[in-house]
Amino acid sequence: MKRSGAVGGILVIVGIVVWWSLAPSWLDFLTAVAVAKGLVVLGVVLLIRAGLVSFGQGLFFAVGAYAVGFAGKWWSMHDALALAGLGLAAGIVVSLAIGLLVARYREIFFAMLTLAFSMMLYGGLVKGYGATGGSEGMPITPPTLLGRPFSSDTELFFFTLACASFMIVMALLYARSPLGYAAQAIRSNEIRVGYLGASVTKIVLATFILAGAASGLGGALDAMLVGHIDPDLTYWTTSGEFVFVALLSGTGSVVAPLVGTVIFEIVRSYALRWFPDFWQIALGGVLLAVVLFLPGGLWSLHERVLEYARRFARGNGSALEQAPARTRRQEL
Amino acid sequence: MTISRKMTALAAALAVALGSATYAAATLKRADAPQPIRIGIVSFLTGAAAAPFGIPAQDAAKLLIDRLNKGKVPAPYNIRGFGGHRLQAVYVDEAGGASQAVSNYRQLVQSQNVDLVIGYISSGDCLALAPVVEELKKFTIFFDCGTSSLFQKPLAYGFRTAGDQANDAIAAARYVLTVKGKSNVQSIAGINQNYAWGQDNWKTFSEAMKVLNPDVDVKSSLFPTLFSGQYSTEISRILSDQATVTYSSFWGGDLDSLLQQGIPRGLGQATQLILSTADTALPEFGSRFPAGIIVGARGPHGALAPEDNALNQWFVGEYQKAYGKVPVYPAYHMAQAILGAKASYELAMKKFKTASPTEKQWRAKLRGLTFDTPSGKISMTRALGHQAIEGSAYGISDGYDAKLGRVKLTKVIRYSPKCLTAPPGFFLYDWIARGFPGATCP
Amino acid sequence: MILIIVDGIVKASWLFLLSVGLSIVYGVLRILNLAHGSLYALGGFVAAILVTDWVEHGRWEEGTFLILFVAAALVGLASGPVIERGALQWIYGRDQALQLLATYALFLILEGLQIALWSSESFQTYVPFSVLGNFALAGVIYPWYYAILLGTAVTAGLILWAFLNRSRFGRLIAAVTYDREISRALGINLRVVYVITFTIGAFLAGLGGAMSAPMVSVVPGFAVDATVAAFAVVVIGGLGSIGGAAVGALVVGVAQAWAVHEAPDIEVFAIYLVMTSVLLIRPQGLFAREAVRRI
Repeated sequence: MKRSGAVGGILVIVGIVVWWSLAPSWLDFLTAVAVAKGLVVLGVVLLIRAGLVSFGQGLFFAVGAYAVGFAGKWWSMHDALALAGLGLAAGIVVSLAIGLLVARYREIFFAMLTLAFSMMLYGGLVKGYGATGGSEGMPITPPTLLGRPFSSDTELFFFTLACASFMIVMALLYARSPLGYAAQAIRSNEIRVGYLGASVTKIVLATFILAGAASGLGGALDAMLVGHIDPDLTYWTTSGEFVFVALLSGTGSVVAPLVGTVIFEIVRSYALRWFPDFWQIALGGVLLAVVLFLPGGLWSLHERVLEYARRFARGNGSALEQAPARTRRQEL
Repeated sequence: MTISRKMTALAAALAVALGSATYAAATLKRADAPQPIRIGIVSFLTGAAAAPFGIPAQDAAKLLIDRLNKGKVPAPYNIRGFGGHRLQAVYVDEAGGASQAVSNYRQLVQSQNVDLVIGYISSGDCLALAPVVEELKKFTIFFDCGTSSLFQKPLAYGFRTAGDQANDAIAAARYVLTVKGKSNVQSIAGINQNYAWGQDNWKTFSEAMKVLNPDVDVKSSLFPTLFSGQYSTEISRILSDQATVTYSSFWGGDLDSLLQQGIPRGLGQATQLILSTADTALPEFGSRFPAGIIVGARGPHGALAPEDNALNQWFVGEYQKAYGKVPVYPAYHMAQAILGAKASYELAMKKFKTASPTEKQWRAKLRGLTFDTPSGKISMTRALGHQAIEGSAYGISDGYDAKLGRVKLTKVIRYSPKCLTAPPGFFLYDWIARGFPGATCP
Repeated sequence: MILIIVDGIVKASWLFLLSVGLSIVYGVLRILNLAHGSLYALGGFVAAILVTDWVEHGRWEEGTFLILFVAAALVGLASGPVIERGALQWIYGRDQALQLLATYALFLILEGLQIALWSSESFQTYVPFSVLGNFALAGVIYPWYYAILLGTAVTAGLILWAFLNRSRFGRLIAAVTYDREISRALGINLRVVYVITFTIGAFLAGLGGAMSAPMVSVVPGFAVDATVAAFAVVVIGGLGSIGGAAVGALVVGVAQAWAVHEAPDIEVFAIYLVMTSVLLIRPQGLFAREAVRRI
């Protein structure tokens, strides 16, 4: 079971590449942006695994994106690798600062505080329009890689995917580390974790910083892909959507968010095209159905399928072997 | 492990099947590419900007495209379609933010295969799209957004057939000084929405005012949150400030809410209100619209459109017949874009002696073109011929004309583009600060 | 100064109506209803439509106030039981993230419903706002409608308080709030308590919307901004407490009024600044009961 996460990660990346090469060209851009946003969703998932719902993850998304914007504007920095690193670093620095304030909070208070910080950034970006371009945002100069421009969207897509893979590896390492397990333990019972001698606040802070790093990187990639940034990146409904996609994808695995986001973006663009007046109702309906009938998210679907397949393969599997799958489903 | 791999293979196969099916569908559509001209039309169909802007613009597009296809538009636009080519429209919702707009634009160009895109009300969307338009090399007309920085980098494929926001604010300052008299305007206040549109409007208005009337005192500059709807406190502040003139670029629902909360409290009497987009509120409020308010329409549109213009009379008549309402300025902006596209297409046919000009020939003829619209003649003279200059007009509300079913406007003054637009090479605020060099005003 | 207080109280009355239902629902059901703002919006739409119809038929203009209450009651009775029985009852006691998500789904559905039903319309219901005339205070004109707004907020708060603290059913609700398991063991019908509480919450949201309808242009999505304000107010005051919602509304209302009069540039931050500072000092909000630590 231990290697399955890594295998899953590789399969997810390969799956996205396969999809990307087969999909009609107008979906390429959508897929690339979905991968970038998927990193923010990954951040949300990491926090949810520790029992925390961030309604302000858009903050780090915007921090990464505006880091790219300002680096281009002030220092004429256009190297994609450097910009991605910068987005990541900005995510880390800001999440450390905010994390120190919010790591003590749980549940709704955590959600509202993160929301408050993201909305204050929103207000600041809109107000400071001399520097930030205000609500109209600012353009991003097309990035270069090692001194030469990207020759096509394909290269930029693979660059994005490479960055995403790096972040997934980090997330997998974290999920496998004592820290990752401790974070999951916080979700089921924080006080017990404390009694075991671990510092709950430190664990939460570390998770928060990793989530901030992933989101900052996602923001930097999004800025480079879209070529334009604006304060809506940190508006509360943007953050709400990240939470939404996170739970839709499922929090059972750290590779789920990437797939979930790509599927979500594609479904949404078709829904917008086919039912321009009803797409929001349809989305809400799907979401409600997921909550009620598939609380583990889309990712749990494959586990269910696996479970049935296993049972099918062995005639009827013993109760002992089915048990882990069932507990996993009930985690959420 | 093996099972997991099988499952993924299955998933991959599914993805392959799905992908190729979509691809096949897309190519099929491409194969029977029809003779007609396909136009993608993008405006807000949902959200707060839909009712005041997006829907009237879409209504105008539907009306014009239908009448053009039937050949029923008066001269000089009486040829069917664009030079005999039927028009097909694809309507797209602009809602969802800049990234969504970029994605929808790509879909429109790459899978719907349109020949021309007309659209975009939000300035943020226009700015985000400008580089994409150049990347995809698709002829695109921005029809309504007001940002002054759209052509900071020259565009080859992007055009704008409407003026930018600065016109309205400068004309407003000039108008109120003419109507009230310089010495009577001692102080100004502003209430504008807290985003680029409101901030730019207030900056332009207050800077222009300071130059035109140097002794003026700025009492307050309020920027409430966009779509907040509750202005009880802001109205108290304006009422207690007692500024001579209060300028607001509020639009749509926010404007309606401001009036709804302000009129009963005497906002119209306590200060001389200037509402730069009040045109869209006139039909909403009708007989309740108070007298004595300075009304703008973002150019000579809607209630301020030239009454003796035959094209305008036709447009207003047809629009009223079809929708039971008078057209407001977004409808005029849409008409400008469609008629500009038509005029340039037919000019290209004549110049290049061809029945179907290439996109390049078409674009070349819109560059620098002067054409007729319901609002008068529009000239594409800025940004290397890609940006129209528009005049402006203001009037004062003077009660409701029950017979005509509209709010009467008196003391209408029209401003030519030469009065309101910075000459090429001038940055807007420098031009204002230096006292509008080169401006010729009534 | 007097203007700041008066404007603050006006704003606070609106905020209180907007958020008290949210607080009550959280207190009993332990669910933060993200769709609360959408119920507020529905109240606004229903009120606007009914009042417009009433006025068009030339009926008694002061009667429009009654219509506002009728609209709120309609929204509460129609949506409360449906949402509680149809969706919320399945998620009690589940992971908080899932609960938030379920109500976010409701938010999407209800917002989408407004767009589907009234996408290109805006409603203006001006009669109740102006029918009572104005009064002047410190040289500034205020409509009497603001007094009605304040009166409604105070009355709603008092009735609610009396209901929860003095009536038998209110005590049952209090018992459920305090300990769900024990209440059930004592024979309290949780289902009834939940349905009624949620319906009261939906009614209050609808009332907030209905009372706003005469002041604003009612268009789809007009409540999205109000939703965040409601969260902020209940979090500042402490979730689940009527007094908390009242104090939270006053704090936010006066802070915003102060900002508009004295420092307009920080007005858009005011609500978040207040929320952050309150939570940093009192992590559970001003009036929250200490949570029981369960090991």
